[in-house]
Amino acid sequence: MGPLSLAQDIGSRWVYWPWVGDHLDEIRARLSEHISLTVLAVAYGLLIAFPLALLAVRWRRLYPPIIGVTGVLYTIPSLALFVILIPWTGLSRTTALVPLVAYTLLILIRNIVAGLRAVPPEVQEAAEGMGYRPVRRLFVVDLPLALPAIFAGVRIATVTTIGLITITALIGQGGLGQFMIDGFQRDFRTPLTVGVVLSVVLAVAADLVLVGAQWLLSPWVRKGGRGSR
Amino acid sequence: MSFLGDVVDWFGDGSHWNGEDGVIHRLAEHVQISLVAILIAAAIALPIGILLGHVRRGGLLAINISNIGRALPTLALLIILVQIFGIGDPPGLLAFTGSLPALIALVALAIPPMLTNAYVGITDVDPDARESAQGMGMSGGQQLTRVELPIALPLIMAGVRTAAVAVVATAALAAYIGYGGLGRFIIDGLSTQDNVQVFAGAVLVALLSVAIEFGLAGVQHVLVPRGLRVGKERVERDVDQAPVEAVPAARAPIGEARQG
Repeated sequence: MGPLSLAQDIGSRWVYWPWVGDHLDEIRARLSEHISLTVLAVAYGLLIAFPLALLAVRWRRLYPPIIGVTGVLYTIPSLALFVILIPWTGLSRTTALVPLVAYTLLILIRNIVAGLRAVPPEVQEAAEGMGYRPVRRLFVVDLPLALPAIFAGVRIATVTTIGLITITALIGQGGLGQFMIDGFQRDFRTPLTVGVVLSVVLAVAADLVLVGAQWLLSPWVRKGGRGSR
Repeated sequence: MSFLGDVVDWFGDGSHWNGEDGVIHRLAEHVQISLVAILIAAAIALPIGILLGHVRRGGLLAINISNIGRALPTLALLIILVQIFGIGDPPGLLAFTGSLPALIALVALAIPPMLTNAYVGITDVDPDARESAQGMGMSGGQQLTRVELPIALPLIMAGVRTAAVAVVATAALAAYIGYGGLGRFIIDGLSTQDNVQVFAGAVLVALLSVAIEFGLAGVQHVLVPRGLRVGKERVERDVDQAPVEAVPAARAPIGEARQG
């Protein structure tokens, strides 16, 4: 077997383990880049979505315009939104992060609003009757009751963000997406497989972590758990 | 000259509109492959979703199967399909769409939202309405076409819209694997560091997507019988009455996650 056909053989295998062994540092770096972009995008998304959702719950008329604007943002294809800031912020992390945050807003706002609106009025009145001020009622009564809907939103936003980040590889970011592009450009399948498998595993793992977090944060739901006693 | 001024000049230049790599031709390519993909996906997904909803069986299974593909990033899907099928044209009558891997990816992405929404739309039909239809002596087929389908139409159309927007977005991304379409301006601009062309391409892709979303909303408005239109009033009321479980964690990701 000549050197060229050997290279072709390695390139066409879906996994060539020696490559994986030689690139563990790079894999770790890309994975942590992917995780930090995800955390930043969802965290900034929540920071923006929360006040907007509260406004929309307090003043109903604000809901349609808020959903309208975030809905149009959500409709814009990722390839378009990821390149739109390049003229101003270059091929930087900011250029990738702003659209990622923008994409989380519709899901987060819609779920937070649905959760808060579904709090039974009797419960709110009971809280008021007990002398709770609005801010305290929000944190002690409304938000805990809205938690399942809010977490559903955070889970969708997180899984979506993990998938979208791979596309930012086209503007030099991308975390695990860089492996997909490397594999495609060099006709070498191993990095492609590594990127795809890890991004799917990351999405599933993040979803499970959030399910766990919701479980920890709602002790009253755990029947027989320590919190319900 | 400011950057946005350069972009305006780019659009004003007639040479950017005509020819093989002009806006008109790229737009035609983009719309062509998107339309074919949506039609193929609808022909597969809608009958299955509607039928499963009507017999109320196997729905969860079908939805889970179609959801497996959702965890996969679109860019990864496109690249993997190139590895498997190469970058050639689709066979036979579909050759004009220009890219087999792109077409398969678009069809695969369009199926889940249509299937899920059709299934949920039909199963969510008020049991009272179904019983009334039965009481009036309607056969199963009549119930489906005269009662269940009209009532489910808003959700079915919502699925088609979600699918269409995902397809147009992914068709743009397909430029990366060598397909034409409006994404070419972005991908080529990125590799030649021509920011003006990248920005112009982004504007075109965004406009096409938003136009399709609003266009299909208009189609839906015409197709859905007046009595079933989800007016402002009804949305408000539905949200009011929705229990917290209205957004159940396990079900919410279906058809919601953004693709491409």
